[in-house]
Amino acid sequence: MSLLEARGLICHFGGVKAIDGVDFDLEPGEVHALIGSNGAGKSTLVGLLSGRIPVQAGSIRFDGRDITRLPAHARVACGIAYAFQITSVFPRLSVFDNVALAVQRTGARDLRAGTMAALDRVGLAALADRLAGALSYGHQRLLEIAMGLALAPRLLILDEPTQGLAAAEIDSFKALVRSLPATILLIEHNMEVVMDLAGRITVLGNGRVLARGTPAEIRANPVVQAAYLGGRDADA
Amino acid sequence: MRMLALHLGVLAVLAAAQFLLPAYHHTNAARIMVLAVYAIGYNIAFGYTGLLSLGHALFFAAGMYATGLLVDRGGEPWLALLAGLVAGGAVAGAVGLLALRTAGPAFMIVTLMFAQAFHLAILYWGGFTGGDEGFTLSGAARRLGPLDLADPTTRYFVALALVSVAMLGTLALVRSRLGRVLVAVRENEERTRMLGYDTFRAKLLALMLSGLASGAAGSTYGLMFGYVGGSFAAIQYSILPLIWVLMGGAGTVLGPLLGTALMFYLIDLSSSVTTASQAVVGAALIGLILFAPRGILGTLRERGLRGLP
Repeated sequence: MSLLEARGLICHFGGVKAIDGVDFDLEPGEVHALIGSNGAGKSTLVGLLSGRIPVQAGSIRFDGRDITRLPAHARVACGIAYAFQITSVFPRLSVFDNVALAVQRTGARDLRAGTMAALDRVGLAALADRLAGALSYGHQRLLEIAMGLALAPRLLILDEPTQGLAAAEIDSFKALVRSLPATILLIEHNMEVVMDLAGRITVLGNGRVLARGTPAEIRANPVVQAAYLGGRDADA
Repeated sequence: MRMLALHLGVLAVLAAAQFLLPAYHHTNAARIMVLAVYAIGYNIAFGYTGLLSLGHALFFAAGMYATGLLVDRGGEPWLALLAGLVAGGAVAGAVGLLALRTAGPAFMIVTLMFAQAFHLAILYWGGFTGGDEGFTLSGAARRLGPLDLADPTTRYFVALALVSVAMLGTLALVRSRLGRVLVAVRENEERTRMLGYDTFRAKLLALMLSGLASGAAGSTYGLMFGYVGGSFAAIQYSILPLIWVLMGGAGTVLGPLLGTALMFYLIDLSSSVTTASQAVVGAALIGLILFAPRGILGTLRERGLRGLP
């Protein structure tokens, strides 16, 4: 059974059909990448899945339960965590407090141990007492991921996690994702990361699903090549 | 641990001051301590949760009137005091349910509107509330069991006890898990929601705790000084705690007490030399914004005292 089943999702902003009839499934344990050019509807789709944007039509089931009308904070309680695209840590709080907020949400009794474990996982344990805003950009991205991890989610949505990271940081990020037990939905522009990590890929274009398949299938798909991968404006 | 010691130290100094202060300052100190409880309550909403309310006089006056009207009609003072606390918290909860649907400037206006409506209601039903003139409380009404609040020494210790509970309560709150969530809401509400917190509930809880402390302060103030009046529900009493908290340092535990004391004496001293005491207050506030926009303790915290809660 699928972990997540979305059917017929629609989200229009005025006349713009940001998401226009999308079906989307996630299998338990998979790493699924969502790609598409800017404006294809990737962020809107995960906004609908995480509850940040209300669903206008269609339905979403998570683990067999209808969550279409559930507010965002309640979806987190169901096990859907969202790591922000634009780094959105709490800059004036310590690194420890940032992660502790996530850990205490899970009802953990030993806050310190849980927090340090999550920080250890991304290699930030030594910086626990720093202010989050004083961290380097790469470290803030890792902190953002640690906050997602600390929620012990069943589905972790990572919105452009490698944006702005150095090559070495990207390698350790990939190792980190491979070590996670959760199902991962990855929005990513870096094709090398996508091809390397994802078991399946969904390509969006103009609010619709253009193609879906394994990395090899996607690479070979002429529609995708024309629309996204091979085109002259591939970086657009 | 050191921070707990610091706060206990401040309270110990206040306890010792009881025996040293001349009568005039003795009464002032009691007044400041009760008003500081009001500021501490305001700080929970504004300083820690980021809710800029312009209607806290409603909660202060709700406590004062609930208690005052009850004892004036022969109610048991202890129960009336309790009713004042409940009134502050419950009114804040009711206002919060509506006002917290808004944020930012709209929240300021909605809270202001509720407070103004209450102030006007007090004046309108003057036959019941005493209107603008208010009413004084008899000696019997100001006796909490063996504690006679008309007696300066007793009054001082009751004020000290109240401010101790409020201050140590805030200290416990900001170090608790709830406190961490409130600060997170202040810093970035959307992010806090995406960490799984019902931020509306968190803000409502903060506002109710804030209202509870404000109600406790209003209730005790009425009993201690024997007077309940409409001016306590007016807009000045919504602005005052904001100024006290800004002066001492928003989001610091000791800031509200420090700010209340400084502002009280600033007005007291300046009005003994000039009739333009409000101009002095204005100048002080401008200086504050220019040189210490985070308030006195907030600025100290930025300049190295990072552990200050």
